Amino acid sequence: MPTDRYSQIVNSRIGGLVAGPVGLPQPVELDRFEPGQPVISGEVLLGAAPGARLADPVAHALAGAGATVRTPLTDVVRAAAGNAGLDAAVWNPDAPAEARFKALVFDASGIDDSTQLAALRDFFQPTIRRVERSGRVIVLGTQPELCGDPREATAQRALEGFTRSVGKEVRRGAAAQLLYVAPGAEAGLDATLRFFLSPRSAYVSGQVIRVAAAVADVPEFDWGRPLGGKVALVTGASRGIGAEVARVLARDGAHVVGLDVPPAAEELEDLTGEIGGSALALDITEPDAPQRIADHFANEHEGIDVVVHNAGVTRDKTLGKMDEERWSQLLDINLSSQERIDEQLLERELIRANGRIVSVSSISGIAGNAGQTNYATSKAGVIGMVQSLAPVVAKRGVTVNAVAPGFIETAMTKAMPLATREAGRRMNSMVQGGLPVDVAETIAWLAGPGAASVNGNVVRVCGQSLLGA
Amino acid sequence: MNSKTRAVAILGGNRIPFARSNGAYAKASNQDMLTTALDGLVERYGLAGERVGEVAGGAVLKHARDFNLTRESVLGSKLAPETSAYDVGQACGTGLETTILTANKIALGQIDSAIASGADTTSDAPIALNDKLRAILIEANNAKSNTDRLRALAKVRPGHIVPEIPRNAEPRTGLSMGEHTAIMAREWGVTREEQDELAVASHQNLGAAYDRGFFDDLLNPYLGLERDQNLRADSTVEKLAKLKPVFGGEDGTMTAANSTPLSDGASAVLLGSEDWAEQRGLKVLARFVDAETAAVDYVGKKEGLLMAPAYAVPRMLERNDMKLQDFDLYEIHEAFAAQVLCTLKAWEDPVFCRQRLGLDDALGEIDRSKLNVNGGSLACGHPFAATGGRIVAAAAKALDERGGGRTLISICAAGGQGVVAILER
Repeated sequence: MPTDRYSQIVNSRIGGLVAGPVGLPQPVELDRFEPGQPVISGEVLLGAAPGARLADPVAHALAGAGATVRTPLTDVVRAAAGNAGLDAAVWNPDAPAEARFKALVFDASGIDDSTQLAALRDFFQPTIRRVERSGRVIVLGTQPELCGDPREATAQRALEGFTRSVGKEVRRGAAAQLLYVAPGAEAGLDATLRFFLSPRSAYVSGQVIRVAAAVADVPEFDWGRPLGGKVALVTGASRGIGAEVARVLARDGAHVVGLDVPPAAEELEDLTGEIGGSALALDITEPDAPQRIADHFANEHEGIDVVVHNAGVTRDKTLGKMDEERWSQLLDINLSSQERIDEQLLERELIRANGRIVSVSSISGIAGNAGQTNYATSKAGVIGMVQSLAPVVAKRGVTVNAVAPGFIETAMTKAMPLATREAGRRMNSMVQGGLPVDVAETIAWLAGPGAASVNGNVVRVCGQSLLGA
Repeated sequence: MNSKTRAVAILGGNRIPFARSNGAYAKASNQDMLTTALDGLVERYGLAGERVGEVAGGAVLKHARDFNLTRESVLGSKLAPETSAYDVGQACGTGLETTILTANKIALGQIDSAIASGADTTSDAPIALNDKLRAILIEANNAKSNTDRLRALAKVRPGHIVPEIPRNAEPRTGLSMGEHTAIMAREWGVTREEQDELAVASHQNLGAAYDRGFFDDLLNPYLGLERDQNLRADSTVEKLAKLKPVFGGEDGTMTAANSTPLSDGASAVLLGSEDWAEQRGLKVLARFVDAETAAVDYVGKKEGLLMAPAYAVPRMLERNDMKLQDFDLYEIHEAFAAQVLCTLKAWEDPVFCRQRLGLDDALGEIDRSKLNVNGGSLACGHPFAATGGRIVAAAAKALDERGGGRTLISICAAGGQGVVAILER
């Protein structure tokens, strides 16, 4: 079902007749992941600029994902497909016939001069209008800061403007991302590429992801149950996004310890009962909370693999009216408590190798928002925490990343005034709000064993919102 | 059993010019055309009244009465009536298959000489009775009394009169060969322009070959035709670009010019052991080296219907320790320009060569200036079973002309089959 009343109307037959000609936004129902589905349903077109470095790992990842692949008849991608064991059909823009693609994947890592950026137009111009509903566009390159030559860095930085514009043009629920892959980190691309090809990334678009050296060796794992045998903590798990995160991590095989404040204990236990997890009712702002949490994981699970800092509140007031309590309570819940919990878990070495910390930020933390100086401060602080902690925890084989949700359909957004709510919903490339599961799937990717090469990233789950972009 | 084999020589060939369907040979039967082609060969190589080892022939579209087409043609020819003959059928590979079968017998010493041949007509095509009418007529024929016979015949209804006309379609997919090739063209990204260029080269090469007298000792005029009726030596890419697609829908790239037309004709090739050739004072034009056939699963695995030669050639190359580039001339039957182009692209493609052929690397490119140098089926036309003989005779002569070398022959056939061979001089 479409996510809101407006979407339901314009997707009805009569509503569609009116919305089209009048030029109203026409949100499509986004593909979302169901267990047992293939990574991607539909053809993937893989192209590359001359000198591409990533065509081989990308072709291997596509083969592993069981994707049906087509490529242009150019040496670099045909050789890559051949090496990867992909029985890829051929695409020739001069003989297009009725081809349609679920995803366009273009390796731009070979572009080392701005004059070669024409390769982007050459590949995408004949293909962009052939992308199916809920399709994917993925451009791969090299982090500009890792390029030796200024001209190469310039050209690679240019990919960002291209990809973000594609995200805004492609429409019909399709998403566009730029994946920067560090030289030598090619092997770590697999899980990230799968996530962005699959319907799991339904509401993520216009993002720039940096894939770097893995923080730890990635052991073999079951792609159908990547978190099998793992223990995860999800704070604020009793409802909304937190509850959905707990469900998705449990679906992926984790034993989830859901945490929420004691007044929410009943709801929390209902949820953890449903997913076969366990409940931990405590207030994270209590002075002894970090120690009690650490004790729980030490005693019950001999450690922890995944920490999801989801608990958060809003206490909106314009700054002139902001009382001390609104400010300090929110900052403590949304930011300082996370720092204390992480410190305790790290100090006691409870986070196991290949561990993950994922923190929930917000686009308010990126763009700022009137009436939310406190909230935006805390959520920007989360970004700062993730970025500063990343190199520190990497030494222990742990990653820390943040997700920044945009307009997600929850009880919180239902309470917003109509005009603000509609603006929030529509002002993004998907012209609709996301669902809690979209945030949860993104967290599950970052929490998964395959994401050992993604560290210190902030990934927006906002349908490419116009805010703070 | 004989465990030793001996060299097999291609000594010459003869064909009648190929006609467009319902053109110059509209009234000629397969037997008329095959007999004419045989007699031309007999005359050119002094075989009148002689008994050759055997004559193999065939036709793809054949009347029921032509169950012994080749033998009947032999009886009508100037060959000794004691010459044994048999029909072979492997769709468009028939002509080359007759060469392979007789060459193998010569190699084994079972025969010393042979004629490999084939004919086809799409004008005098066998039209069959509607199955229901056929059942009624059989019943009437089996009836014991006149009353029963009349009772059976009374069952005939107007709808039963509609005949079964043979269609150029694959029984298991219901798609015509052109439609199948359109799928291949799409899969391999073959452009309209590439196909038109190949068609133009075919016409220009055939025209030039006629002009320099290349065919003077390869064919005899028949029913007023001296050159292939389909030949348009003045073809240009610009002219061909104006045609509308006939296969693959509106976006299709295949036209009447880059697909072979339905055609009528017959061909014959003379083969023998080197001793037999010497005894008769015949010059050896080329030797038959090896052959291979292959078939693809175009039904279940959805391989391209006409991709079998792409599989057959590498198997034959491996057995002979050769590379795709070890040839001086390439004769690839132009059923459709797209078929040739898909085959070449497949051989150049690491994906196809690894995934489908199980090779370590791509076979690579061929020098396109060596391809179908004296014209191909797009220009000559393609009377199905006659194409193999046309190609073998012309390829052997071309090797003799250049004083040595090696030729790769590749022919695709209905049913997802391919027949390929190597000639050497």
